[in-house]
Amino acid sequence: MIAQYLANGIVLGSSIALGAVGLTLTYNILNFANFAHGSLLSWGAYFAWLVVLVFGGVQSTIGPLSFGWPFILAIVAAALMASVLALVLDWLVFRVLRKSNIQVTLVIASFGASLLLRNLIVVVFGPEPQYYSDNIQIAQPILPGVRTTPDELFVVGLAVVLVIGLHLFLTRTRLGKAMRAVSDNASLAQVSGINVHNVVRWTWVVGGSLAAVAGVMFGLTVQILPDMGFNLLLFLFSAAILGGIGSIYGAILGGLVIGIAADLSVLFISPAYKPAVAFILMIVVLLIKPSGILGEKVQ
Amino acid sequence: MSQNDIVLRVDNVEAGYTPGVPILRGANIEVRSGEIVTVLGPNGAGKSTLIKAIAGLVPIFGGKVSLLDKDITGRPPHTLVREGLAYVPQVNNVFHRLTVEENLEMGAFTRKSGIARRLEETYALFPDLARLRKHPAGKLSGGQRQMVAFGRALMVEPRLLMLDEPSAGLSPKLVGMVFDNVKQVRDTGVTILMVEQNAKAGLLISDRGYVLAEGKEQLEDRADALLKNPEVGELYLGSKGGLL
Repeated sequence: MIAQYLANGIVLGSSIALGAVGLTLTYNILNFANFAHGSLLSWGAYFAWLVVLVFGGVQSTIGPLSFGWPFILAIVAAALMASVLALVLDWLVFRVLRKSNIQVTLVIASFGASLLLRNLIVVVFGPEPQYYSDNIQIAQPILPGVRTTPDELFVVGLAVVLVIGLHLFLTRTRLGKAMRAVSDNASLAQVSGINVHNVVRWTWVVGGSLAAVAGVMFGLTVQILPDMGFNLLLFLFSAAILGGIGSIYGAILGGLVIGIAADLSVLFISPAYKPAVAFILMIVVLLIKPSGILGEKVQ
Repeated sequence: MSQNDIVLRVDNVEAGYTPGVPILRGANIEVRSGEIVTVLGPNGAGKSTLIKAIAGLVPIFGGKVSLLDKDITGRPPHTLVREGLAYVPQVNNVFHRLTVEENLEMGAFTRKSGIARRLEETYALFPDLARLRKHPAGKLSGGQRQMVAFGRALMVEPRLLMLDEPSAGLSPKLVGMVFDNVKQVRDTGVTILMVEQNAKAGLLISDRGYVLAEGKEQLEDRADALLKNPEVGELYLGSKGGLL
């Protein structure tokens, strides 16, 4: 029984982890908590849904999965489109407000942008839930006492691949290292010859893409709803803060911890309290270790 | 290139953080090839502002900054590295979460080639860093961190290295080591402009010095002359005997 909830938690945690990484990246480099990040998840999920529709829905499927190759293409397209959305948002709203140097302005503006983006989804796509595929998937036993659908395994696998890819990008490439340098110390990065504006744009691309994939993963394993990103936002913040805000690996770990804790809590209390469990866990960790699990002390 | 070639010229520069509130009020500085030049002055004189204005980090309202005869006034900081300018800030001068080697690589961000060779040269100059190359810079001691900061700045083989109070916050023993490093770096052919609170230690390794007060240079002389100058002694020690 516990193993089953653990498995469910890992699936949920995969989406949360990818979303939290983007949140922590923008927090670190742009120095504000971006409440609109959840909307990037929702828009990413709807972008992918749109692409699947354009391809005439799901017809042939890959093996036991509920979707075919067009869906893979849809994930890539959704990542690109969400990146563009993030860049437009930055250009229209955040770029102007960054000059004011008052962090709270950015936070409130991001909250406003988040409401706007969420309601725009209702206007464009309607309020009813959507699904990528009508195929019904039956959960198969993969371990004693654990049943998962092939789609859920795909989601976890994709998250693992992306996390490894992100790690290699950040530690092996020139741009990735520059991104870490800017997030560490923007003014020193500038005098080292790094164009910070350029790095900021790439941060939106990476954060936006991961948010889109997280949204698609959630849409695939649960459902696509205009509110999904907004509802996940609390999980994303809990994960990023719990892991140590600013730490990319902390966000991944935090995502898994939050996902697993939220799903395990169902054993004891009503599923309606899942977000509360995430929040309580975050508070407990911060009381024990104020900088988060992998966070560094503020210098 | 002869000894008297001018690497940096700061001409009547006014600069500050808020428009209309200049901290530098018409400062003039000149640094010649191969020199170590130290800028001294009381707190709030505008020493750090001077270096930051040259590096493009503080807005310049008037006057002109030229590096190797090229006008660099008001250029964005990241474009100045290519012109041969390197700068070591006083605090937060390493990337804490990056390893020593990654710090050095970031110093070489604008380089297209020769990075591996330059890394080896930097490790030869600071052998301690070779041993610590995989360690995060934030976990190092103050002296080691200062070496990383120097090493990062030197990765581009700059013509002019600017140091903002390199001895600040270090123990007396480390101060000696840092200034030895500065001399060593100059001996590899790099011209140095530094701002220093520790007037005596700074002047002892310098060729020339400026005394800055109220946003303008008040005095310019050879370092040995400044060391004996009673005015300078009074400014720093309250004695009339000079710094020596």
